[in-house]
Amino acid sequence: MLSKQQARAFFLGGTLVTFLIFIGLTIYSFSDGQDQTNYENITAQVVRGKVIWEENNCMGCHTILGEGAYYAPELTKVIERRGEGYVKAVLMTPVPWAPNDRKMVAYGFSEDEAMDVIAFFNWIGEIDLNGFDRIVSPLAKDKQLNNN
Amino acid sequence: MKYKSQKVAYWFFALSMLLLVLQITYGFIMGFARIGMDGLHDFIPFNTARAVHTNLLVVWLLSGFMGAAYYIIPEEAQRELVSVKLAYVQLISLAAVGVAAIVGYHFNWWEGRKFLEIPRQLDYLVVLNVLLFLALILLTLFKGKRKTTTALVLSMGLLFAALLYIPGMLPFDSQVTDSFFRWWVVHLWVEGVWELIMGGILAFLLIKLTGVDREVIEKWLYVIVGLTFLSGVLGTGHHYYYIGVNKIWLIVGGIFSALEPLAFLAMALFAVNMYRKGEKKHPNKIALFWTLGAAIVSFVGAGLLGFAHTLPQTNLYTHGTLVTAMHGHLAFWGAYAMIVLAIISYSLPNMTGRKFYDGIRGRLAFWTTNIGMIGMTMAFGVAGVAQVYLERKFGMEFMAVQEEISIHFVVLIICASLFSFGIITYIIDFAKHGRPTDEALETLENNYL
Repeated sequence: MLSKQQARAFFLGGTLVTFLIFIGLTIYSFSDGQDQTNYENITAQVVRGKVIWEENNCMGCHTILGEGAYYAPELTKVIERRGEGYVKAVLMTPVPWAPNDRKMVAYGFSEDEAMDVIAFFNWIGEIDLNGFDRIVSPLAKDKQLNNN
Repeated sequence: MKYKSQKVAYWFFALSMLLLVLQITYGFIMGFARIGMDGLHDFIPFNTARAVHTNLLVVWLLSGFMGAAYYIIPEEAQRELVSVKLAYVQLISLAAVGVAAIVGYHFNWWEGRKFLEIPRQLDYLVVLNVLLFLALILLTLFKGKRKTTTALVLSMGLLFAALLYIPGMLPFDSQVTDSFFRWWVVHLWVEGVWELIMGGILAFLLIKLTGVDREVIEKWLYVIVGLTFLSGVLGTGHHYYYIGVNKIWLIVGGIFSALEPLAFLAMALFAVNMYRKGEKKHPNKIALFWTLGAAIVSFVGAGLLGFAHTLPQTNLYTHGTLVTAMHGHLAFWGAYAMIVLAIISYSLPNMTGRKFYDGIRGRLAFWTTNIGMIGMTMAFGVAGVAQVYLERKFGMEFMAVQEEISIHFVVLIICASLFSFGIITYIIDFAKHGRPTDEALETLENNYL
């Protein structure tokens, strides 16, 4: 029967080994040739957009890359679905945008700020999401069907 | 209660109860907003309510874990806490930072990163607070007469939880990398080191409640926390399937996160078996309910419901839907909320001297909260599955789907009302115990517990 020492060895050994593998895989997935995060296309404007995204806690309602609060639409590929004009209008409106009466906070961003956020969305839209991008974007889905 | 300084735990538990009530209040604000009753939108928009709801959960659980540590460590180490005064300083600063963060969320002062919304300036105060807490606990442990496995596992869990907060403070330009390291905190907390804390508290409670030999319980504790890390560390990969990182995580995350329920299954079997084996039947039935309940409900909520959407083929469709909220609610309730309520139910009579071991209030609180939470989980589940099919399979527009599934949020609110009734009953029971007192110290004649 298992002794307490063996049980402790199992815990410490297992933890150490899996943690080392985890660190190794992390390094691997961000290494040259394996990195698919679209990092090379980040511009200063994209970073400004990300800051606006965070400072206003947009993922407190929306989701992006599938992460957020499920109260408002997924914004990965939103530009492809809605177009820049629509998104810009939502970001700049001084009264709450309220499709089907579900209100969004009226942020009333300036045009520059809105364009920063759009640059951020465009950058997000170009990331290889292992197939999730096709699930969240009907347009991309249609394209895929046509290609098949 | 064997040491006077264990009384500090009471005030951490009291803070927990207060924050729990607030957490539930903000949950209702969100539930009503989802069925179109969003009259508070101008003051508390959904993103504020959401950040407050999840952050209060983290803070009240942490306060509960800290209270548990202040109660358990002196008893395990067989000495008083090194400083009671500093423990109160730590309590007050924890409450102050928590309140500052929550108030800030109402004024757009946050970081907008899911679960880690606390602004950077306050992050540093959190670090200071946790360092003070760890210093008090670890010093007590190392100066103590004995170092038990239970105390070591609990302290290790708390220490690693503090260390893992750091990756969440690293700044990144890329949303992908930001998210990647955010999960180092969030996942490795709740599916890693918090399970160590839970395991430590569970082992302590089982030793006290069942009378099974410490050596047996602690041996299995090692096996369980071993299984937790073996599956949970690489299981982090289930957050990396579709956020823009390498496909290797589909395989690694898929395999190891599918193993995660094993740790919870082991925990449930362990708790039930120890209860069966135990010859000493402790009179505190309510604490026993919560202890066994935590072990079993965490297996269902964290283990089974987690498994339900953890495979990459399923998660491709459920990622970013209400299915996640279904799993989240029962998992946090079973694994962490219930274990905190268990240690409170166990320690409260010992600290106050009022031995309400078994009564209608305690049982009512246990059953109504659990039935209410299971109902809420089902409401989220039905809404989530419907959302997956309508939105992701049939391509319906997001808001049109939200209208279709809004009825499930009426069910959610009804079940949440039952749940809240149970929590209020629990808190009334808490209050009826009165304040902790030195008179509750165990004397030779009263040393059964």
